[in-house]
Amino acid sequence: MTHKIDIKNLNLYYDEFHALKSVNMVVGEKNIIALIGPSGCGKSTLLRTINRMNDLIEGVRITGEVFLDGNNIYDPGMDLYELRKRVGMVFQRPNPFAKSVSENVAFGLRVAQFKNKKKIAEIVERSLRAAGLWDELKDKLNRPALDLPLYQQQRLCIARLLAVEPEVILMDEPCSALDPIATMKIEEMMVELKRNYNIIIVTHNMQQAARVSDLCGYMLLGEMIEFNKTSEIFTNPRDKRTQDYITGRFG
Amino acid sequence: MIIRPKYTQVLAVSLLVLATLATLAILVFIIVFVLGKGLPNINAEFLFSNPEDMGRAGGIFPTIVGTVALTLTAICIATPFGVGTAVFLTEYTRESRITRIIRFGADCLAGIPSIIFGLFGFIFFVTYLRMGWSILSGSLTLAFMILPTIIRTSEEAIKSVPYSYREVSFSLGATLWQTVYKVVLPNALPGILTGVMLSVGRSIGETAAIIFTAGSSLRTPHSLFDSVRTMSVHFYILAREGLSNEKAYATATVLIVSILMINLSSYWLMNRFILRKTK
Ligand SMILES: Nc1ncnc2c1ncn2[C@@H]1O[C@H](COP(=O)(O)OP(=O)(O)O)[C@@H](O)[C@H]1O
Ligand SMILES: [Mg+2]
Repeated sequence: MTHKIDIKNLNLYYDEFHALKSVNMVVGEKNIIALIGPSGCGKSTLLRTINRMNDLIEGVRITGEVFLDGNNIYDPGMDLYELRKRVGMVFQRPNPFAKSVSENVAFGLRVAQFKNKKKIAEIVERSLRAAGLWDELKDKLNRPALDLPLYQQQRLCIARLLAVEPEVILMDEPCSALDPIATMKIEEMMVELKRNYNIIIVTHNMQQAARVSDLCGYMLLGEMIEFNKTSEIFTNPRDKRTQDYITGRFG
Repeated sequence: MIIRPKYTQVLAVSLLVLATLATLAILVFIIVFVLGKGLPNINAEFLFSNPEDMGRAGGIFPTIVGTVALTLTAICIATPFGVGTAVFLTEYTRESRITRIIRFGADCLAGIPSIIFGLFGFIFFVTYLRMGWSILSGSLTLAFMILPTIIRTSEEAIKSVPYSYREVSFSLGATLWQTVYKVVLPNALPGILTGVMLSVGRSIGETAAIIFTAGSSLRTPHSLFDSVRTMSVHFYILAREGLSNEKAYATATVLIVSILMINLSSYWLMNRFILRKTK
């Protein structure tokens, strides 16, 4: 059986700096995976290897393999644009374009050369609904997205992503710019989205990891120290270092 | 002699204020002087009729048409090349020796006196390519002159577009080119327009490069291959040949007012641009 994502012996270097050290990770279907660990341990870096966003950075060198449905995404023949449509990303800070609400959501469709206006409007509505924004924004579709409050901006960014129907959603500390109530909304939404998507979330909020994730990986200094069921990680960690982190003796 | 810091402070401030006031005074004096002599001679007839008797009488209509035609053509030629170069330098290449050489070349181009451009335009476009004295020769020459400004301002505008915009665009499956024209350029547009406006101002005020390449015909042009006289050249000829001081100042007034309006609108654009960035 092939796994959704299968990371094998992955190493990443920023020039000389060894940022990911022989990371292994297997992700099944329809789970929420949380990556936790102290700041600078390589969580974002690992996340960004899955949609090859690290390729954009000068001086990055990668060895090892990342399989998506059994195909190595680092194979030379890989279509990067196709890959990024299948593996979408939500960033730390809400970053809608300086365009209208609906043009933000439609961006991925325009990039994919959708021409049918009716179809686009349909998908925009469906995506906003899935992000729980339709009722709030249906009368503001032509308003500049940058005028929205932050918590709506972040959900708009998720809607923008859902419009291209990715299979995997990567989230890099999506709530770090948001207040607790907005954070709760995003978490509810993640659980909702889990039914149709695979989600990998980076967070340095351990409660958040415990609340939403099914599987959890603890990283330290570029290594994947422990990767297991979330309940196991939090109640019965195998590694001393994980235990120290969970109990707050570290970081 | 040792002066106490308290006094050097007072001295420094007074000198700085003085320098500022002097600059302002000179600027105001020039504008008031020219407008004072020019404004009384400006009316609809001056703006919309043909000159008579070499410009001693009549209006300046053909020179207005000439200025607009020459400037617009130059901008239309220089903008795509300038913006294209800026996009190439910022988005398609990594900082390297080659980009530094291109940038250095553009800076050198900016420092060349306009009379040299005029001479080059005369030799290359007017005689070698046989375009003659024409709007085409003149605007090609002008385009070379304003290219560095457009490249540099566009580069700055493009660089000021947040990296996160590009990142999101790529993460949604966009190619580099899609990212450039759907995300980067729309966001850089106000900055690019500022550079274009500055170039318009420069083109309108130019004389030396144009007199060699576009000639000084007083007829209203009908095609790109006709020779024209711009307002600046007209002013220069009126004043130099001592044809008519009145008409010369009136022409200068029209020139100054148009440049003022262009600068004001580019400041307005620039402000909007900066406001949006810091929001
Ligand atoms: N673009 C980069 N160039 C060089 N080093 C980087 C770059 N991005 C991250 N790093 C380094 O790699 C390590 C991991 O960073 P990151 O993945 O952002 O950590 P985390 O998301 O866990 O806080 C850090 O030590 C960081 O300094
Ligand atoms: Mg991070």
